[in-house]
Amino acid sequence: MLLFLRQRAGPLTARTVTFQTPPAGIYIASRSFSVLNRPPPNYPGHVPLTPIERSALAVGSAIGSLLNPRRAGVSNLSLLCNCLFLPDLIAALGETTATPYFIYRLRDAMLSSPTGRRILRDRPRITSETLSLPYLRSLPFNTVGHTYTTWLDREGVSPDTRDRVQYIDDEECAYVMQRYRECHDFYHAVTGLPIMVEGELALKAFEFLNTLIPMTGLSLFAVMRLKPAERERFFSLHLPWAVRSGHASKELINVYWEEQLKRDVDDLRAELGIERPPDLRQIRRFLKEQRKREKERAQAPRTVSHV
Amino acid sequence: MPYRRSIWRTLHYKPKRKFTFLQTSYRCFSCSLNVGQVQQNKSKDTERMTHFGFATVPESEKVLKVGAVFSSVATSYDTMNDLMSLGIHRLWKDSFVRSLNPGSRLPRHDIDNKSNGWNILDIAGGTGDIAFRMLDHATNINKDRETRVTVADINSDMLVEGEKRSLETPYYKSGRLTFMQANAESMPSIPDNSVDLYTVAFGIRNFTNKQSALVEAFRVLKPGGVFACLEFSRVSNNIFNEIYKRWSFSAIPLIGQVVAGDRASYQYLVESIENFPSQKEFRGMIQAAGFMIPGQGYENLTGGIAAIHKGVKPVLKM
Repeated sequence: MLLFLRQRAGPLTARTVTFQTPPAGIYIASRSFSVLNRPPPNYPGHVPLTPIERSALAVGSAIGSLLNPRRAGVSNLSLLCNCLFLPDLIAALGETTATPYFIYRLRDAMLSSPTGRRILRDRPRITSETLSLPYLRSLPFNTVGHTYTTWLDREGVSPDTRDRVQYIDDEECAYVMQRYRECHDFYHAVTGLPIMVEGELALKAFEFLNTLIPMTGLSLFAVMRLKPAERERFFSLHLPWAVRSGHASKELINVYWEEQLKRDVDDLRAELGIERPPDLRQIRRFLKEQRKREKERAQAPRTVSHV
Repeated sequence: MPYRRSIWRTLHYKPKRKFTFLQTSYRCFSCSLNVGQVQQNKSKDTERMTHFGFATVPESEKVLKVGAVFSSVATSYDTMNDLMSLGIHRLWKDSFVRSLNPGSRLPRHDIDNKSNGWNILDIAGGTGDIAFRMLDHATNINKDRETRVTVADINSDMLVEGEKRSLETPYYKSGRLTFMQANAESMPSIPDNSVDLYTVAFGIRNFTNKQSALVEAFRVLKPGGVFACLEFSRVSNNIFNEIYKRWSFSAIPLIGQVVAGDRASYQYLVESIENFPSQKEFRGMIQAAGFMIPGQGYENLTGGIAAIHKGVKPVLKM
């Protein structure tokens, strides 16, 4: 079929050109082009890259994300300082490493499920405009919507509009990647993991086993940047959890979140096969208080004897 | 009959038709050179159109769009320049200032003994790169402590960056360095025939209307005053040009994305370089504004990647 497109159309081939819209995305991607003469974009915001550019950007964004966690979408700062949050590098890494195989696999996983097919047909977007937070907060306790807003308030984040996908050539796959990016916060809410490095890495491990997007696997290299106690917790607690849940759960990309907002969250978790990990913020707070008490105890005898 | 039908089908299903649904009305910056040039000819509507990189936008929009680009790169302006020129921009700027020799004694200073120093106007010099170099040259090499520089820029973020940097120079609060926000195409606050040296470094390619800026430069300069422009230009050697162009369009936006997180601004910048007139064309524009062209009028730097253009305002014979 592709060959027919490349030949000059003559009287004979005219009969074969009967399908409505030839798969333009594939047509463009199969031709190599010069950087001085890029093909027109397949969707708004599309930037066609040559293979060399793509690999250079993948390497560059991988190194950049490791060196600068802020641009990897990790906020290590306090809840108050969530400004200057530019997760563009991790987005670029995700897009450049998603082809050739992984994003197509994810798209096919969506096509294999009836809900996934509906999502691909409806193309819903989750932005700060499409979600009405006051309405979600008003939903009954333990619904998906309420859990989501509770998590947002607890972490002190807002559902900011995510970066647009730029570097994926196929238009449908670009939407799949965009959908994954926008649903990320919902995954956080349903698992209850916080936004600090530990929580993000645990969630990335879970996502890797669920969606097989290479960026999620590659970002696990950031485990090297964790403190020793955090790293130990990661390997003993979160990685096993991610493996258990990631394997057992259904494809998260197929969840039509907009329809699940009023549903009971435990019900959804049971259906998806997600096990809730232990509350990381509580663990950390508990450990911090424990350390503080030990410190006070160590100092106390000295002051008593002084009196 | 069947033959006529097949001719109709041939016409109907021309190969060209494959591309019709690909022509989106939305265009990103990084479309091909050729497509960009075709689109320029299309729109001669009521509103005057101008270039913004390879896109064609109404003139009123260009100022805002350029403003957005420079506001976003203001704090990482040095990084941007280092990436685009591999650090050579520092050498270019040094060479530019040295060739102008600010602070040296001029013949007209012997005639009117008002002040020995030069009055320099640095346009689009927001971050102060050229201004600081000028003052250093005048003070340290020509021992002239009266030369003063006014830095004018249309973008307040760039000016803020320049003021921040001036804190570390000895010229802060010395009265020799002032910052003002102005549009080079119209600066009513600067009187006619008041400026000894008008410089614009890596700014003029962003102007909406370069010719008006040149005319305004002519107005504010004193007779005998010098117009000097340092700008990216056309590379003379063909092979080097090919390598340079590929570096510009491929590596620079990529590095911009990774280092500064802003691909679009860097894409605009390389496109604006591509759109800038050649050395001879620009010399013609300077001449059209009324300037006298000394010698060849331009000097290529690094094989033509950058060029220094000069013009002198003629002295009227009594």
